[in-house]
Amino acid sequence: MVKRQWFARRRHGFGARPTTWQGWLITAIAVAGAIGALAGAKKTTGEILLVGIVGLYLALAYSLGGAKKLVDTTERGVESDDDHALENAIAKVSLPPAIYGSQSPREIAEAIVSHTGKFADATEDAVMSDSVIVVEHLTKQFGPRVAFEDVSFSVRRGEVFGFLGPNGAGKTSTVRTLSTLVTPTSGTAEVAGIALTGKHDIEIRQRIAVMTEVPGLYLRLSVTENLVFFAGLYGYRDAQPRIDRALEAVNLTSRASDLCGSLSKGLRQRVGLARALLNDPEIVFLDEPTSGLDPVASLEVHNLIIALRDKGVTVFLTTHRLDEAEKLCDRVAILNTTLRTVGRIDDLRRKMFQKSILVSTAAPLANPEGLFSSIESVANWSTDDTGGYVLTVSDVRVAAPAITRALVAAGADVLSLAEGHHSLEEVYLELVGAAGKGSEQ
Amino acid sequence: MNQSAIRIRAVMRKEFQEYRRNRFIIYTMGTLPLIFTALPVISLFSISNSTPPSVVRTQVAITLLLLLVIPVVLPATIAAYSVIGERDQGTLEPLLTTPISREEFLLGKSLAATIPTVGVAYVFFIVLVVAIRLGASSVVAHAVWQPSWFLAELLFAPLLAAWSVWVGTAISARSSDVRVAQQLGTLASLPALVLPLLMSLQVFKPTATVAVVIAVALAVIDVGAWRIVSKMFDRERLITGASAVTMRAEAGT
Repeated sequence: MVKRQWFARRRHGFGARPTTWQGWLITAIAVAGAIGALAGAKKTTGEILLVGIVGLYLALAYSLGGAKKLVDTTERGVESDDDHALENAIAKVSLPPAIYGSQSPREIAEAIVSHTGKFADATEDAVMSDSVIVVEHLTKQFGPRVAFEDVSFSVRRGEVFGFLGPNGAGKTSTVRTLSTLVTPTSGTAEVAGIALTGKHDIEIRQRIAVMTEVPGLYLRLSVTENLVFFAGLYGYRDAQPRIDRALEAVNLTSRASDLCGSLSKGLRQRVGLARALLNDPEIVFLDEPTSGLDPVASLEVHNLIIALRDKGVTVFLTTHRLDEAEKLCDRVAILNTTLRTVGRIDDLRRKMFQKSILVSTAAPLANPEGLFSSIESVANWSTDDTGGYVLTVSDVRVAAPAITRALVAAGADVLSLAEGHHSLEEVYLELVGAAGKGSEQ
Repeated sequence: MNQSAIRIRAVMRKEFQEYRRNRFIIYTMGTLPLIFTALPVISLFSISNSTPPSVVRTQVAITLLLLLVIPVVLPATIAAYSVIGERDQGTLEPLLTTPISREEFLLGKSLAATIPTVGVAYVFFIVLVVAIRLGASSVVAHAVWQPSWFLAELLFAPLLAAWSVWVGTAISARSSDVRVAQQLGTLASLPALVLPLLMSLQVFKPTATVAVVIAVALAVIDVGAWRIVSKMFDRERLITGASAVTMRAEAGT
């Protein structure tokens, strides 16, 4: 352990100040002595004593103050036992099942396939048992207003879970509930394996991180000072290595000493993300992380989210941006006060929309009704905005060759024939409906 | 150092860093005590040895009472900003999602407001009494250099500051506007001066025993205020504007 000086002298100008309890003790004795001299002695004697005590004190402070240097205000401790104690405590509270170790859900799935030959069912069951968030019939009311109602879903370890919905759908309230900021009105939930009962809120908060829509930084403090503060709130004494890692992860090392008030919105968002990484969280809640960011800044945030997923961190992402959800999320839930759906985006598409084949021809067909109704695997057809044809089919693999043959037989000049693709936006609008569209505007 | 102490220290250090970067706070801490003490000090220095003792005692009592206004007014202004200021700049929600408990948060905030203001009060007191000893007439020096006044300043300054901090924090937690919180906080903290005022006006004879008794009374009031403020610090109310208990009652669940 490094022995600290009792006093510290300033690099510029005159002055020294106590930095340890011994220094403060000497200062207190000097002040008491000075007052005592004035109070107890005759006037002249008292004044001589006062000057003597002040002189002695200054001599002591300077002789014990070491070389001239800036007063160290960061006071970084040299003991990091607290970190280890904390990490050990966390490890004791919840360990992932040994069979999974640090594997990603995909690796787990592949392992199961190699043993059972079954992929989808086995993966679903196996990964469901490794859920880090389990929500059952959760409801939150603010007085008579219902924020969200009867919501049930689970989030698997290591996935990016998209939480979508229009303004006022209850997304932020859900995040606040799961991060122990607000108390649910009814229902149950488990976060990081700990029941959300109000008794273990601090344990939950120790293992999660929340990045709110507004990063919430102290603008008068530098990037490092902000991170030092939050590391302190997590109980880390010697936090500099963590801070360095977090800054490196968000590529902000070169801006570490800049005041947050001088940073652009995108950079502040990155500082917010660095803060969310400080405690090596199991779950990161990101509430609209790219709101108001330009495309380049958004892309940087997307890359950071992907990097988090690659590290095995579970990301709970609330967003309005459907392209973002489609790009990043393994599964999504769509909320509009009540939960409308939850699942993989491809599964939602399959569930909600019939399969279709898009046909484009050089010239309009002479008798499309006669042509398409004669094909057994085509259930229905219509034209699209570009003059092409949309054929609803039950099985694309069966229908596509039949359609091709029929078109060729009819002498049509086929430009393209492709499987129809429904975007997440279509899924979202179908589920949220006109009310959702209206409120988003 | 345990984690609780680390968290409290983190809050204090952050507060000090913000004070240093906020000139308004620095100027307030410097000028307000000067305003409160300048005129009475000048009048003390104008007192001659021929002034009747009762006039000297009254003037000294008023001056020392005004010195006690410093630890009341300064922390009230700072504490009134403590919660609503965090909410205004959007830092409260990220802060409350960390493992810090409400007791740690409140203690960190209150110590950060109390320590510098009590320090300022002590420094002004020491400067004043030393100046009186060196420059004022002997009747004034004799009236000021009484153990009871020293004990009163030593005990009352932190206790009055603590009261102001709790009152200011309570108002800050319930207010929606920083300016209103600061004005209300300052006003609401003043009643605590009643006990030292009674001593200054010599309703009680200003002895060391009376000072200790008043200090104990102030300490009891502080502990009560701390308990009330702790209960008022409801995360849900701070974030959403309504408490969970009230909402459950309204929702009928």
